Amino acid sequence: MPLDRKDILFLKAGEQVFLSGVIYTARDQAHLRMANMIKEGKGLPLSLERETIYYAGPTPSHGGKIGSCGPTTSSRMDVFTPALLKKGLKGMIGKGKRSKVVRDAIKSSGAVYFVAPAGAGAYLSTKIKSMEPVAFEDLGPEAIYRLTVEDFPVIVAIDARGGDIYERLSEGK
Amino acid sequence: MNFIEAKEVERVVAGLCVKANTFLRPDVLKSIKKAYQKEKNGSLSREMLGILIKNAEIAGKSGLAICQDTGMVAVFVEMGRNAAIKNGDLMKAVNKGVAKAYRDKYFRKSVVGDPVLRKNTGTNTPAVVHIGINEGSSIKISVMAKGFGSENKSRMVMLDPTAGVERIEDFCVETVKKAGPDACPPYILGIGIGGTQEECALLAKKALLRPITKPNRLKHIARLEREIMDKANALKIGVMGLRGASTVIGVNIETGPTHIAGLPVAVNVSCHALRSASAVIGK
Repeated sequence: MPLDRKDILFLKAGEQVFLSGVIYTARDQAHLRMANMIKEGKGLPLSLERETIYYAGPTPSHGGKIGSCGPTTSSRMDVFTPALLKKGLKGMIGKGKRSKVVRDAIKSSGAVYFVAPAGAGAYLSTKIKSMEPVAFEDLGPEAIYRLTVEDFPVIVAIDARGGDIYERLSEGK
Repeated sequence: MNFIEAKEVERVVAGLCVKANTFLRPDVLKSIKKAYQKEKNGSLSREMLGILIKNAEIAGKSGLAICQDTGMVAVFVEMGRNAAIKNGDLMKAVNKGVAKAYRDKYFRKSVVGDPVLRKNTGTNTPAVVHIGINEGSSIKISVMAKGFGSENKSRMVMLDPTAGVERIEDFCVETVKKAGPDACPPYILGIGIGGTQEECALLAKKALLRPITKPNRLKHIARLEREIMDKANALKIGVMGLRGASTVIGVNIETGPTHIAGLPVAVNVSCHALRSASAVIGK
């Protein structure tokens, strides 16, 4: 991490991958704020160029111990995602399916969507080496945190070619 | 009258919140292990279920929350008619207990005071408290930490009184289909049938307090529990939506009398991290 353009094109939906490096958490309120900032032409609190966002709201860390940090439901961030992809975002980690609009936006931006083991927040916290808030601290668990991860297990859910492990389940949308 | 200290209620509620969030219920862990066995050796589904089992172990040993969504707390208090609280107020004691656990154990504070203004209360209170009166002189308290990924997929319907069992099953299975991979399958369903609208929803939530390895004691309802589970598993959503063998690992139904013109049905969806704990005070 950050993801290399070549690496992204190699990834195929259904593949298991282990991520190491820096990712940023952001969920509902952070996405809403960033979307408004983009609309108002304001600068974002961090550069999203080549970065990966992890849809998560962790339990607080204390005494150097990282809190539980599993993924939250990605579809709630669908409406905000195309704009962030336009700002250079290349990776997203969450759980569950995305909309067709997001799938198409991932394809046209050459990005990738991963899913992390859902409901295994304690296990995943052992793969997180550091966590510090970098923006919107007033949001508490919904702030943007910078995480350093090591061998963080994910599965490619939507690849840069639009391959989608949930396509069968998204058909109804 | 058996007088119970408010401080004792606070202490017990705090302990139950911690237990619920860090020690996965034995009936739930047993069911996840069963689901693990059902998956093909070497498959991604089996690996993901293995991670869930490891996760429960890590949480129990380290005191980390099983899931980062430590939920909004629903508390069920059954007051014996001869029990009374002294030196404090029951509601205040319950909420103090919840706040204490979430503060001391660094659980996530996920409650907003106003649903429209959405300012975090910072304490994970207030809890939702249901109080009932029973025989005896003790107080039974059950605490459930309910995450909202699953809560958001819960649904209810007011069916026609002649709708029949198949229509009830279809509604429940459709609820699972709509949840899809989003709310951390494999799921556990709490289903309420009967009552008035609000009672039906409450029955669905209370159903989740019963061990999922124990069927409803009414034979025709136990059969319905099995049929809904089979039909939901036939959707083949599986853990993480990876099309595995287990989409639903438990179905509990609670029923209640209802009106001649109605058949309310509520489905309270839980993920595989169904978290609750209970205790009796003043026995």
